[in-house]
Amino acid sequence: MDATSKILRDNLGRRTFKDRYFRGLVVFLSLITISPIVLIIYKLVEKGIRQISFDFIIQTPPDTFEAMTALANGELIPGGIANGITGTLMMVVLASVLAIPVGVITGIYLYENPGKPMANLTRNISDILQGVPSIVLGLIAYIWVVKPITNGFSALAGSVSLAIMMLPMIVRSTEETLKMIPQTIKEAALALGVPYYKVILKVLIPTGFSGLLTGILLGISRVLGETAPLMLTALGSTMINLDITKPTSAVPLLIWEFYNDPNMVDLIWSSSLFLMAMVLTLNLLSKRIAARTK
Amino acid sequence: MNSDKIAKAVLFLASVIILLIAGGMIYSLVEGSIPAFKNFGLSFIWSNNWNPTRNQESYGALPFIAGTIITSVAALLISLPLSFSTSLFLGEYYRGTRLAKVLGTMVDLLAGIPSIVYGLWGFYVLRPLLIDLGLPNQGFGIFPASIILAIMIIPYATSLSTEIITMVPGELKEAAYSLGATRMEVIFSVIVPSARSGIVAGYILSFGRALGETMAVTMLIGNANRIPESFFGTGNTMASVIANQFGEADGLKLSALIAIGLLLFLITGIINSAGKLIIKRME
Amino acid sequence: MNENTIKIKDPVLSIGNLSVSYEKGKYAVKDVSVDIKRNAVTAIMGPSGCGKSTLLRAINRMHELYDNIETEGKLILNGKDITDMPTIQLRRMAGMVFQRPNPFPTMSIYDNVIAGFKLNGIRLKKKDRDDIVERSLRDVTLWDEVKDNLHRKGTFLSGGQQQRLCIARALAYDPEVILLDEPTSALDPVATARVEDLLVKLKENYSIIMVTHNMAQAARISDYSMFMYLGELVEYDKTKNMFTKPKDRRTEEYLTGKFG
Repeated sequence: MDATSKILRDNLGRRTFKDRYFRGLVVFLSLITISPIVLIIYKLVEKGIRQISFDFIIQTPPDTFEAMTALANGELIPGGIANGITGTLMMVVLASVLAIPVGVITGIYLYENPGKPMANLTRNISDILQGVPSIVLGLIAYIWVVKPITNGFSALAGSVSLAIMMLPMIVRSTEETLKMIPQTIKEAALALGVPYYKVILKVLIPTGFSGLLTGILLGISRVLGETAPLMLTALGSTMINLDITKPTSAVPLLIWEFYNDPNMVDLIWSSSLFLMAMVLTLNLLSKRIAARTK
Repeated sequence: MNSDKIAKAVLFLASVIILLIAGGMIYSLVEGSIPAFKNFGLSFIWSNNWNPTRNQESYGALPFIAGTIITSVAALLISLPLSFSTSLFLGEYYRGTRLAKVLGTMVDLLAGIPSIVYGLWGFYVLRPLLIDLGLPNQGFGIFPASIILAIMIIPYATSLSTEIITMVPGELKEAAYSLGATRMEVIFSVIVPSARSGIVAGYILSFGRALGETMAVTMLIGNANRIPESFFGTGNTMASVIANQFGEADGLKLSALIAIGLLLFLITGIINSAGKLIIKRME
Repeated sequence: MNENTIKIKDPVLSIGNLSVSYEKGKYAVKDVSVDIKRNAVTAIMGPSGCGKSTLLRAINRMHELYDNIETEGKLILNGKDITDMPTIQLRRMAGMVFQRPNPFPTMSIYDNVIAGFKLNGIRLKKKDRDDIVERSLRDVTLWDEVKDNLHRKGTFLSGGQQQRLCIARALAYDPEVILLDEPTSALDPVATARVEDLLVKLKENYSIIMVTHNMAQAARISDYSMFMYLGELVEYDKTKNMFTKPKDRRTEEYLTGKFG
């Protein structure tokens, strides 16, 4: 037996042991990685489910005194988060209206002009925008909208910050989606003499529709839970507000308020559960759509 | 003008809007921070004085820059073994199995949890645990903030490294196996070296995420406007000081906060560009 | 053993009743028993999907990397039962060369050659390492072409050079048998000819088993040939005999180009 074979025989046990140990470690650490999602959802359901009711969706929050009384009597805190739900819906819809057209059209531009300096610049800038912390977008919306346009905190300012956040996600997902459409489909339409804008509207967008939808839904699910930029822009409101120039609440803003008021603590969990349910549903929905089209 | 030209002009215009937004952001942040820099000069960046008392106002960004970097680096270090293991789980050991699919979806969901929910969980679940373990300051500080941040950034590093690890050619792995290597040896001498730049890019991008996280950090870091005394002490980050102090800010203080926003914008911009550059190089 | 299989005295490798299945009941290799001649080139031929690569990969037990593949049978290499031997030890004795050249892109040429030692945690003295690298690269006639670039990455080499580097990687580890899985299918004719010459030269010191889909190649360089069809070993004989007077009708049809 030569020297190498001897070494191999000698180190065999140590190496197989290390190999098994490492695999075990990988599995163990992977389980640790996903444990927060399980623990967080468990906690939210455990603490939040009893507050969830129809009233929770259609009523506004109680004031501190009402909450305190209810707590003292050992009752459920009355009221709900209707002002937050309407505010979130309003701001997310408005942000989508602002971001989707610009984002989709820019995505089409990038797809149509690959390699052009302007397209590369736009792509790079859009990548950088995607990495801008949301709190900075809050500052921007404050400078652009709160001060000069609405003369105070407003839903519009909140929407603008959310729209800037969604924009780069929509741009990239649009471009990626369109890239997967076979070139021949577009050429077939152009060969028939169809005008360019009709090719875009009637061929590109419908063909890539589910991909676009996935990107948009993911974008919405991402901004739905944003708190920081709204603190600087929409501020919050104790009542349902549908005027986009006025301060407006949102579900995450309400969670922040409840967090800061010891009497309202019980409402934190139900509101968070509600928010998580919305975010995760959208998230899984978009993945489902993406998986079905692949 | 025919319709084709109009269509092309509209496409072009939309991308101009993106550039205008980006340019406008830089302009507004710079303009907003001018009063602060005029008052304190460039030393605003390395001054560690934060005193909002009227008539003796003095602001410096150093405590927050320090807090941001310390928490983010710590978060990165904590997340490293976790996301590395998870990407090996998903991209190598259990690749293509139903188990990997379930785990992968759960990791994706981690990215979907709102920052404020992480903050709550950190505040109500993690913090009491750390108090029991003897952490000072009622369980607030750099350390708990870093743990939560680490959990938050895991999905970003994991998804990119998983993708790259999956792309390492099977032929290379088989070549190493045919020479008698164990799986672990194949991982460290073939897979990791081949996927190195992608893995690094993933960590850089997740680091960029950590720098700008606001709510969860604000709820745990203790919000002390000074340079953290130790890893277990309290502090504040750039993002969380903006969130905390913005409500009552005007004049010079507002400008100081905007200046911190500008610095944060620049730092994250540089980090993210570095990450994207590495990814582009690989392609 | 069926009647169309010749017997070999003092074989380097003896395969007994080997079967490989990818799903239960579906055999890619069915009950193959065969002895391999020492210091010779043995070719495994057959139409695609006949199980020739599967048979080759069963020898160094590569199938164990994949959960869904089941292997049964017995393998004896140089008198040692390797059927259940730890793969770490087994694969030292059976070097493998793949269809497409696959040098490790992150390692230098030098490190690629001694990868077998490095991967297995075997530390060698600088001088021993240098000797092994030089000897292996000379064996594959690559030394003169790369001796000034030993510490560059192997990826700048041509396809043919890369494949010879991969053969050197297998040789450096001093195997008892070399397994080649269509080693020239990704190479141009000139590079193919060089690899073929090399294999003929190498059989002085090594026993070589090569899968090929190229009959002419088998005829040119192999001493013994196996013909496989639908997972079964149809015929095994000296190459000369098989190409001149095949015993089985299917072998004859394959060799005359009726299918495959």
